[in-house]
Amino acid sequence: MASEKEVKLLDFWLSPFGVRTRIALEEKEVEYEYKEEKNLILGEKSELLLKSNPVHKKIPVLIHHGKPICESLIIVQYIDEVFPSKTPILPSDPYARALSRFWADFVDKKISQYALRIWRLKKGEELDETKKELVENLRMLEAELGEKKYFGGEDFGLADIAFVPFTSWFYSLQAFALLSVEEEFPKLTAWGNRCLERKSVAKSLPEPKKVYELLSARRKELGVE
Amino acid sequence: MVKQDEVKLIGVWASPYVARAMIALNLKGVEYEYIADDLFNKSELLLKSNPVYKLVPVLIHGDKPICESRIIVEYIDQVWASSGPSILPADPYDRAIARFWASYVDDKFFPANRVLFWGKDEKSIAEAKEQFLAALLQLEEAFVNCSKGKSFFGGDTINLVDIAVGSFLSWLKAFEIITGTNFLDKKKTPLLVEWAECFRSVDAATEVLPEAEKLVEFWKFAQAG
Repeated sequence: MASEKEVKLLDFWLSPFGVRTRIALEEKEVEYEYKEEKNLILGEKSELLLKSNPVHKKIPVLIHHGKPICESLIIVQYIDEVFPSKTPILPSDPYARALSRFWADFVDKKISQYALRIWRLKKGEELDETKKELVENLRMLEAELGEKKYFGGEDFGLADIAFVPFTSWFYSLQAFALLSVEEEFPKLTAWGNRCLERKSVAKSLPEPKKVYELLSARRKELGVE
Repeated sequence: MVKQDEVKLIGVWASPYVARAMIALNLKGVEYEYIADDLFNKSELLLKSNPVYKLVPVLIHGDKPICESRIIVEYIDQVWASSGPSILPADPYDRAIARFWASYVDDKFFPANRVLFWGKDEKSIAEAKEQFLAALLQLEEAFVNCSKGKSFFGGDTINLVDIAVGSFLSWLKAFEIITGTNFLDKKKTPLLVEWAECFRSVDAATEVLPEAEKLVEFWKFAQAG
């Protein structure tokens, strides 16, 4: 039995990008060693992280047989390709696959930068603008989801994995930006609850209250509150 | 009545993103109808096919629109897998690396370039120039690792990374003419210089890459407006 797991994940508990990779590993029931970058919030990065992701110096990084893979959506696709299972993360049909990638990419382009910035903004024009953008883009996601069980239809897939980590941030969005996802986006809310019924998601998502506590503390440190 | 296998591409002549889709289609020997759009007066077809971003390129296969250049290229590679060389590597790790560098081009290389050549603020332009030159050095290093001594990022044939960077070569040449600077410098990035020559002579790319002089005219016109 190998003393070192052949799959390692360099991560930080709070990171939605890290959560994506954890969900994918759980979906595929892959045994892996989780290595937390404990002092990431202080700006400190481990030697291993700097060596494994010299270009971006960011988590998550998956290390498989000693070889690093970076960028969360790229990691998730790698996991899907290398660890086969009954439930593929990407569909085999080329068009369905393209749509899956498109909406996962949409989360990266149009949701993450706003959701991850809004908590550190003081009341004012920038907060209002950021909130407006986020709301518009959430509206597009709500419309795309429609009456479907998941973004890809019946099957949980890449687009769901891309967005579901942000559901842990909804509580904080309400507290800091008065944005109630539950009220404004009932379909996304129901979808989030459906996703939480999956073991992989329940196990990987940080608790919304814990996210709120950390962000709240950081806001005080940054003088936002 | 739309024939199921009809292929259309909505584009504009100057866009490197559109060039990517055309290079991929050419590489696979796919016959398609090119529909020139006008970004100052977008067609109904474009707005209907890409309601989220309203941008080119859009590939329309039968009645299915596919958006975002890298997603389009992967779609083309999958659908026409049996024609022409593979655009994505077969090995999952190599594939992850190819996707990483293609993503780097869009996240780091292009944005720096955009500010450098289209920006108005001197300070951001100076910063962008540093970032752009650093990105070129990074790509030179990536080339060593990816090409494994051969002519392209993809080895003997062009792959996703070659297409991602190569689609930009005419603009790079145009900016070299405009600024009188050699961005692709034999002393700093000798391998990229050689690679650029190889890429420009690939059949699939030759007809697609616009003449740098035409782009210079376009840039001058856009600056004046």
